[in-house]
Amino acid sequence: MNLRRLALILVPYLWLMGFFLVPFLIVVKIALSDTAIAIPPYWPVLDLSAGWTGIKEFFSELDLENFIFLTEDSLYWKSYLSSLQIATISTFLTLLVGYPIAYAMAQAPDEWRPTLMMLVILPFWTSFLIRVYSWVGIIANEGLLNQFLLWTGLISEPLQIMNTPTAVYIGIVYTYLPFMILPIYATLEKMDGSLIEAAVDLGCSRGKAFWLVTLPLSRPGMIAGCFLVFIPALGEFVIPSLLGGSQTLMIGKVLWEEFFSNRDWPVAAAVAVVLLLLLVIPIVLFQRNQQKQEEAGR
Amino acid sequence: MNRSMSWFNVTSLTLGFAFLYLPMMILIFYSFNASKLVTVWAGFSTKWYGELLHNKQFLDAAWVTLRVGVMSSTAATILGTMAAYVMVRGGRFFGRTLFSGMIYAPLVMPEVITGLSLLLLFIAIGLDRGIFTIVLAHTTFSMCYVSVVVSSRLMTFDRSLEEAALDLGCSPFDAFKSVTLPIITPAVISGWLLAFTLSLDDLVIASFASGPSSTTLPIKIFSAVRLGVSPEINALSTIMIGIVATGVITTSLISKNAIRRQRQEELEGTKL
Repeated sequence: MNLRRLALILVPYLWLMGFFLVPFLIVVKIALSDTAIAIPPYWPVLDLSAGWTGIKEFFSELDLENFIFLTEDSLYWKSYLSSLQIATISTFLTLLVGYPIAYAMAQAPDEWRPTLMMLVILPFWTSFLIRVYSWVGIIANEGLLNQFLLWTGLISEPLQIMNTPTAVYIGIVYTYLPFMILPIYATLEKMDGSLIEAAVDLGCSRGKAFWLVTLPLSRPGMIAGCFLVFIPALGEFVIPSLLGGSQTLMIGKVLWEEFFSNRDWPVAAAVAVVLLLLLVIPIVLFQRNQQKQEEAGR
Repeated sequence: MNRSMSWFNVTSLTLGFAFLYLPMMILIFYSFNASKLVTVWAGFSTKWYGELLHNKQFLDAAWVTLRVGVMSSTAATILGTMAAYVMVRGGRFFGRTLFSGMIYAPLVMPEVITGLSLLLLFIAIGLDRGIFTIVLAHTTFSMCYVSVVVSSRLMTFDRSLEEAALDLGCSPFDAFKSVTLPIITPAVISGWLLAFTLSLDDLVIASFASGPSSTTLPIKIFSAVRLGVSPEINALSTIMIGIVATGVITTSLISKNAIRRQRQEELEGTKL
């Protein structure tokens, strides 16, 4: 029995160690290495056959050069800043779009709700790539939106939406909307409706009751939704590369190009390490928010 | 609470779902367009579907994707269920915090980082990239999703059922097999489906982990749509959307029926 328990723990444990933790340590190690024209394209390479001196030499060759390079080349810190900016703005936009939908879902008759839920979840199961791609035909210069606007006479020449940050905002709001709607809906659905009635009885207008009662009570859901959008949006690759064009800097895309086009592995690894450090703060805050909610729920 | 829908709520639902569904509807609509120009309507035609069936590259990629999906989601379901069981029922053991950290971290890890780190591992240990490495990569990140789904089910079910089985002389393994497993089966199945979908959908990690002979469908689609909209990709997307929609609607109908039946049984039980 004890052997079985040990095996049960060890199999997933070792798997995650081997395919999650160790690879990440390799990334850190390569970020500290130097670029080299060799196979593999970095230096030093750990040479265990040289014994202890080999290991010592290996560690003495590691340095922070790549990280210093990241701060010196404006491309990188501009990409980090622009990723933060794009992720923040699109999270806010997703909240603005998602809240009314979640609110209306929570107000809907009971028998509608399973269907509405399914309609929100269905896009999530559909390929992310296809959902992003579906916008290309709409917002391209000769796309449907521009055709329509030209036809109505509202504009005289096509709007340039494709290959701008606006296209990336649209892409992020569109693909991550379910992540915003679901947690907000969950808090709104649990809310005690008599609180609003009490507020109205005590002289609040409907609008004021919403502002003073509903909105504060749905805050945990809003916070959870914002993190669920912000965290993946920060490291996004598909959306900026399909919709953003070469002008829109996002760090996920920079990492990809550094690796596949420039083949500069140590710099790509250093970009990854810094991106992860940026993500640690929102992830820890998100974890706290979830814990607080769990405790409040008990 | 007043459940009648105000005009504001009806408007936001209508606009919201139009926003969610219109782009995909347009995509499906234009996949039946006879013209090569995607935004000019030139009559109904299914020729792009025909061309898709004769495009060997797409068919090969689809076959690779399907095999990777089945293998990685099956492995991920086994490993993820084990991990969930360890997390919820495993008690204390050395390195438990690290273990739970390693389960939750991949969920929030940007795909570019997961992909990069796995590729560097494969190179470091000298593993040739191909279908096998994609399966390893997909298994690793989707097992975490499976374990979250399964552990939430494990946490909510009545533990005394397991204890009763143990008291009645079952070995822990038998108790798991004949009590726990049947109860968590729906969660395990939805975990498998989730893992399968994640694997079919993944572009970034597969791009890092794949070799020249193992192009998956998303990689193929991505390289095609980088050049702009193409009617063939519209047709392919329509097929994929159709499969997913059928799957989701069917499972939700099945689970709806199952819930109804369960409620009926409970009702009859109280009458007796």
